[in-house]
Amino acid sequence: MSTAPDSQPAAQPAPVLGARGPAGRRRATAGLLIGAVLVGLVVLTALVSFVWTPYDPLQVDSTARLLGPSGEHLLGTDKFGRDTVSQLMLGARTTLFVGFIAVGLAAVVGIPLGVFASMSTSWLGAAVMRANDLLLAFPALLLAIMFGAVFGASTLTAMVAIGIATIPAFARIARSGALQVLSTEYVLAARAAGRRRVGIAVRHVLPNISGLLIVQASVSFAIAVLAEAALSFLGFGTRPPTPSWGRMLQESQEFLYLTPRLALVPGIAIAVAVLGFNLLGDGLRDRFDPKLEDR
Amino acid sequence: MLVQVLRRLAVFVLSLVAASVLVFAFMAVLPGDPAQIALGVSATPESVAATRAAFGTDRPLVVQYAGWVSGLPVGDFGSSYVSRTAIGPQILDRVQVTLWLVLCATALALVLALPLGVLAAARHRSASGAVVSGVSQLGIAVPSFLAGILLVTVFAVRLGVLPSGGWVPPAQNPGEFVRHLVLPVVALGVVQAAVLTRYVRSAVLDVLREDYVRTARAKGLGPLRALARHGFRNAAIPVVTVLALQVATLLIGAVVVERVFVIPGLGSLLLDGTANRDLLLVQGVVMVLVVAVLLVNLLVDLLYTVIDPRLRAG
Repeated sequence: MSTAPDSQPAAQPAPVLGARGPAGRRRATAGLLIGAVLVGLVVLTALVSFVWTPYDPLQVDSTARLLGPSGEHLLGTDKFGRDTVSQLMLGARTTLFVGFIAVGLAAVVGIPLGVFASMSTSWLGAAVMRANDLLLAFPALLLAIMFGAVFGASTLTAMVAIGIATIPAFARIARSGALQVLSTEYVLAARAAGRRRVGIAVRHVLPNISGLLIVQASVSFAIAVLAEAALSFLGFGTRPPTPSWGRMLQESQEFLYLTPRLALVPGIAIAVAVLGFNLLGDGLRDRFDPKLEDR
Repeated sequence: MLVQVLRRLAVFVLSLVAASVLVFAFMAVLPGDPAQIALGVSATPESVAATRAAFGTDRPLVVQYAGWVSGLPVGDFGSSYVSRTAIGPQILDRVQVTLWLVLCATALALVLALPLGVLAAARHRSASGAVVSGVSQLGIAVPSFLAGILLVTVFAVRLGVLPSGGWVPPAQNPGEFVRHLVLPVVALGVVQAAVLTRYVRSAVLDVLREDYVRTARAKGLGPLRALARHGFRNAAIPVVTVLALQVATLLIGAVVVERVFVIPGLGSLLLDGTANRDLLLVQGVVMVLVVAVLLVNLLVDLLYTVIDPRLRAG
């Protein structure tokens, strides 16, 4: 609801008085690379889990409860004797699935709204952004808990809630990007040539703000991964027995005295995924907008 | 100036009304009759009708909304359909606990992030700046509930120096109060500090490149003096903005952290209410959280005009 300055300082263009020496550029590229590798690792894990996991991740084995790491179970087993590596692999799938749907939903709704608001000269455009600001007062987790209370907790309600809560981020970035594009001379020329507003939006605005949007998608993905983990941790996300990193953490809590490893493994997985998407987003921002210092 | 403040206040009030309508409407779409649920399936139609009248759920939705919303300003959130007790006092009790958490965590985040962010900006070409940036990037990737679990593992389970959870009111035993507060506040505050450090860094970097800082340097001020005299006020605006956005994150982070540390705050009340399908209670807590977020945004917008005199004119 901040009216005065832009609430996303990251989007402010910085002056380029030799802002970034070769060292800065190298660091930015390194960040992009590390991010891509970490994200690639999570994606690969999820893909492999479709065709192979060391054990059936749902297979309960009462003779193999809370085992330590060994040749048979690389990261040990949980309280039901389920293999931790296999659970982790399926958890990657859940994380990515929730992220994709949530970010996809936010992009599909938020981008057209933002572009519309930038082009609209009537009160409707302003109304869209006001509604957008209002939605910002409902954080993803709060929405998801409300959805859970009303519709029952599930992966679907979590995804939809995270997605809806992410809409304002996309609408804002699309609007501010579109406003810049709309002030350029080629848009003026297109308008003079009689191209309609929808045509301008599709031909000129969208291609030119796609970089911004990809960066936003990557950052939003990181936030969605965090939200899904927190929700599953609270019991508002993915239902058992489907493995999820957040629930693995929650189940580990009663064994902190015995086997803290059970908390560490999904914890590291969450951190790796979030770090990966954040670094990827930052690195891409540098690539798409070389005017910006690495932030 | 006055017109601006009044306009901002009007927006705030309108947002409050819109948010209350949203929250109420959302909870009202739920299928099922609270009276029927409270009495169970074996209840007679007469007793259900009587309970419905007692709850007031036999009235039209608009009347129910008006009744609910008119009580909010005086802290009357209605009576729970499940426990049949007043909700307002429960929320008031829990708000105090959550406020301690959020305020201490914010203070910790500021104390850590301001010097670290300035350091990272001032030394952004050297190793120490890069280390601060890297560590803050790592910190952002660790959610506060995970940090909480790790802290419990180390300080409560391994070392046994701090309690793993629970809550002692400050009036009852100040020493124990602080001991119980340390881990949850660190879990919340350090993660927030990581996020904030990045914004402080980029805000200070922007300012460092401004002409007026270069002029100040040229006149012979050292880098820190130049920054202190001319830079901080200008860097403050984006930082305050992010801090305000973070309060929302902190409030909701507190919900999760309260669960980790078994703290009887607003978050626990919300989650218990959800588990018991106590919808009026959920509705009340959600409203309190949303009002808190809107209120912080209002304060920040008013604060801008204090920080930056240029914004007073417009």
